[in-house]
Amino acid sequence: MSEFRLEMRGICKSFPGVKALDHAQLRLRPGTVHALMGENGAGKSTLMKCMFGIYKMDEGELYFEGKKVEIHDPMEALHMGIAMVHQELQPIPARTVGENIFLGRYPMKKLLGLIPTVDHKKMYDDTAELLKKVRMEFNPKQMLGELSVSQMQSVEIAKAVSANCKVLILDEPTSSLTHNEVEALFRIIEDLKADGVSIVYISHKMDEILRISDEVTIMRDGQYVGTWDAKGLTTDFIITKMVGRELTNLFPKRENVPGEVVFEVDNFTSINPKSFRNASFQLRKGEILGVGGLVGAQRTELMEGIFGIRSHSSGVIKYKGKELKINRPKDAIDQGIAMLTEDRRASGILGVLSIADNISVASLKQYLDYGFCINDKKVENLVQENVAKMNIKTPSSKTQIQSLSGGNQQKVLIGRWLANDPDVLILDEPTRGIDVGAKYEIYCIIADLAKQGKSIIMISSEMAELIGMSDRVMVMCDGKVTGFIDGKDASQENIMELATKFD
Amino acid sequence: MKTKKSVPQRILAYIKGNPIVVILTIVCLIVGFNVENFFSWGNFNNLASNTAVRFLIALGVSGCLITKGTDLSAGRQVGLAACIAGVLLQRADYSGRMFPNMPEMNMWVVLLIVLIMGGCIGGINGLIISKLNVPPFIATLGTQTIVYGIALVFTDAQPIGGFQKSYTQFVNGKLFAVGNFPGFSFLLIIAMIFGFLFWFIYNKMTHGKYMYAIGGNEVAAEVSGVNTVASKILIYVTAGIMYALAGFLLAGKAGGATSALGNGYELEAIAGCTIGGVSTTGGIGTVSGILVGVLVFELLKIVLQFLGVNPYYNYIVQGLVIVVAVALDIRKYVAKK
Repeated sequence: MSEFRLEMRGICKSFPGVKALDHAQLRLRPGTVHALMGENGAGKSTLMKCMFGIYKMDEGELYFEGKKVEIHDPMEALHMGIAMVHQELQPIPARTVGENIFLGRYPMKKLLGLIPTVDHKKMYDDTAELLKKVRMEFNPKQMLGELSVSQMQSVEIAKAVSANCKVLILDEPTSSLTHNEVEALFRIIEDLKADGVSIVYISHKMDEILRISDEVTIMRDGQYVGTWDAKGLTTDFIITKMVGRELTNLFPKRENVPGEVVFEVDNFTSINPKSFRNASFQLRKGEILGVGGLVGAQRTELMEGIFGIRSHSSGVIKYKGKELKINRPKDAIDQGIAMLTEDRRASGILGVLSIADNISVASLKQYLDYGFCINDKKVENLVQENVAKMNIKTPSSKTQIQSLSGGNQQKVLIGRWLANDPDVLILDEPTRGIDVGAKYEIYCIIADLAKQGKSIIMISSEMAELIGMSDRVMVMCDGKVTGFIDGKDASQENIMELATKFD
Repeated sequence: MKTKKSVPQRILAYIKGNPIVVILTIVCLIVGFNVENFFSWGNFNNLASNTAVRFLIALGVSGCLITKGTDLSAGRQVGLAACIAGVLLQRADYSGRMFPNMPEMNMWVVLLIVLIMGGCIGGINGLIISKLNVPPFIATLGTQTIVYGIALVFTDAQPIGGFQKSYTQFVNGKLFAVGNFPGFSFLLIIAMIFGFLFWFIYNKMTHGKYMYAIGGNEVAAEVSGVNTVASKILIYVTAGIMYALAGFLLAGKAGGATSALGNGYELEAIAGCTIGGVSTTGGIGTVSGILVGVLVFELLKIVLQFLGVNPYYNYIVQGLVIVVAVALDIRKYVAKK
C-alpha cells in the first residue's frame, strides 16, 4: 500500500475560454490536515470538484489507497470514502437536521415485514450520536432553516463524518464562523485526524492554516507550485508563492484627510427588537469608518437599515445637515449613498446576466439617448473604463458575471456603485472570500476613493483589515454601538473588548 | 480570447445550438416538395396570421417568464377580450344581438376599451404578485378561473356572432397587394411592429434591463435601486394589454367568439417561449427566440394538417416537441459543467 491515502497526478481541466487546471497535483497522507492554498481562481475548488466527481477531468490520474480509480459522480466518491463540505452550503432548510444528514441513504425498515419504510427512530438516534461526535448540541428534529450558518456547517460536517469518510474536503469552512465556532471546528478536525482521516483544508486565513495544517500545497493559475511541511512556513513565504511576486505591504498607504462631518445617523432603531437599537454615529468627508464586531452584532442589519433594505422604527439620517427619508434602496441611491452588500451571490450579482448589464444596472439613466433609449456604446465605455481602472479579468463585456472569480465579481460590483458617483459608500465585508492579490487591489480602490473625498463605511470581520484601513473604528455588540476607537490606537485587544461588551 | 469563426463553422455552431429549428426546417422541406400547395402564398399568409396572434400572446407572457414568474390567465384573458370586443361590435341589424338597443360602436373605441380592460386585469395580477407576494403560478391560476367566470357570466355561455363588416374586414385585411401578389396579412404587420417594439423595450430601455435584472436576482436588483414592485406590475399590465389585443384580433379574424376561445393558449405561449430559449429560471430570453419558438409550433400544426394527420394527434406531437426541444436546449447549459 502506498504511503498516500489519495494522489492526484497531472490533472487538467478546461472550461470554455479558460484553462482552469494545468497539470495540477495533490498527495494526501492519512491522518493529516493538508492545506490547499492559492488565490481565487487558482483552481483549488475546481481540483476538489474533480476529486469529488462533480467535474470530469480532461486529463490526469487519481489514485486512492494506491489503486488507480475513476470517479464519475459524487455518489461514487462518497462510497469510496471521500466527503466534501462545500464553500456554499446547500442544505434543505424546510427539512429536519436528521433528514438532511441522511438524505439519499435513509436507514430503512420493513413495515409488517414487507413494506420498506424509513426508520425514523434509528435516523434520529444516529443523528444525535453524530452531533455528539462533532460536539454539537441541538435537536435532531429541528428544521435546518432555524439554525445559524455555523450550525448548518456543523451539520454538513456531521454528514461527512457519518459517511465514515477517509478523505474530507473542507472548502473555506470558517468564512462565516465566529471565533468560538472556529475553535469548535478545530477540535472536530483534531478528532477526525486522530481517527486517521485525511483532511483537505481550503482557506484564505493564514493564521488558521499555520495553526492546524501538517502540509501545505500551493497552486497558482491552475498549476501546481509545490508542497511544503507546514512547520517553519511563514505567511510571507506562502503569499509570495501564491502570488508569484513579493508583496511588501498588505495595505496601501492612505493619503485621505478626513474633513467636516457630512453624514449623521442618530438614534437609529430597528423594528425588530433583537436587531440594532439606538445606534448613533457620524461620518466625515473623506473618512474611512471601520465597523467591527462579532457575528450577530447586527452591523450588516444596521447598515442595511440605513440603506433602506430593512425597516427602522425610529431614528434620523442626515446628510449635510438635511434629513433624509429612506424607505427603500432607491431612495438612498438617489441621495448619493451606495452599498456593497455582504453576500455577493444572494444580493449582489445578477448571475446569468453579462458584465455590462451588471455594471450598469444602478446607473442606467445616465446612458439614455433622448431620455429613453439606452446607448450601448456609453455602457461599453463604462465597462472598458472599469476593466482598465480596476484590472478586471474577463474575456469580454458580454461574459456572464457568474463565470468570473469572486475578486473580479466584487470589482464589477464596486464599479456598479462608482458609476453613480456616490458620496457615501457602505462596504459590507468588501474582501470576503477574495484572494490576497485582489484584496490589495480593492484596498487601493477604497483608499483612493477616500482620497477623492468620498466617505466610506467599511464593515469587516478581519481584524487586520479593520486596523489597517480605518481612520476610525466603530464597534458594535448585540445591536448597540459600544464605542469608537481612533485608527491609530486600534488594536485587536481594544476592539475585542468593545465587541464583547454585552449588557 | 475571442476567435473569429469562419462562415461554415458558424453555420455548424448554429445547427448545434438550434437542433429543433434545423429538424423542423428539414421536415418542412420534405413536406413542401411532396405535398402540393405547401409552398404557396395562401399557406404562407395562413401560417403568418396564425403565428402572429400566438406571437403577441407569447410576447405578453415572456416578461412574466423572464422575471421568474408565469401567467396562467393569458388564455382566458384572450377569451374575455374576444367576447367583449365581439359583443360591442355586433351589427345593429343582427337578430341575435346581446344588447339590441345599443348603438353601433366605433371599432377603435372598442379596441381601446378592450385594451384598458386587459391592462386592468394585468394590473390586478401584478398587484397580487408583487404586493401580496402570492407566487405567480397560484395568483394567475386564481385570476384565470375568475376571468373565465366573468366571460361565462357576460356571454351566458352563448356564442357571439354578427360582427360589423368593418371589423372583420379590417382584421382580415391584406396590405401591399399589387396585381397578382396577394399581399401580406394585416396580422403579420401588427406582429412585426410589436416584435420590434418589444425588442426595443427589452434591449434599449431601462424597463427591459430592469426586467432581466429582476429575473437574474431580484434582491440584487432591488438593492441596486430598481423599483421591483413597479417593474413587475408594469410587466403584468403589458401582458394583459397584449392578451386583449390578441383577443380582439382573434374574434375579428374568426368572425365570432365564445367564452371558450383562448382555452389553453397560455400553455402554448409558455411552451413557445421556452422552446425559444426563455429560461424558466429567469433572466434569459430574446424576442427572436420567442418568435422561433412560436413558429415551431404553428409550422408543426400546418405540417401535420398537410400530411392529413388526425388533428387529435396534434396534442401528442406538440407535447413531445415541448419535452424534446427543452431537453435539447437545456443540454447547452448542463454540458458546461
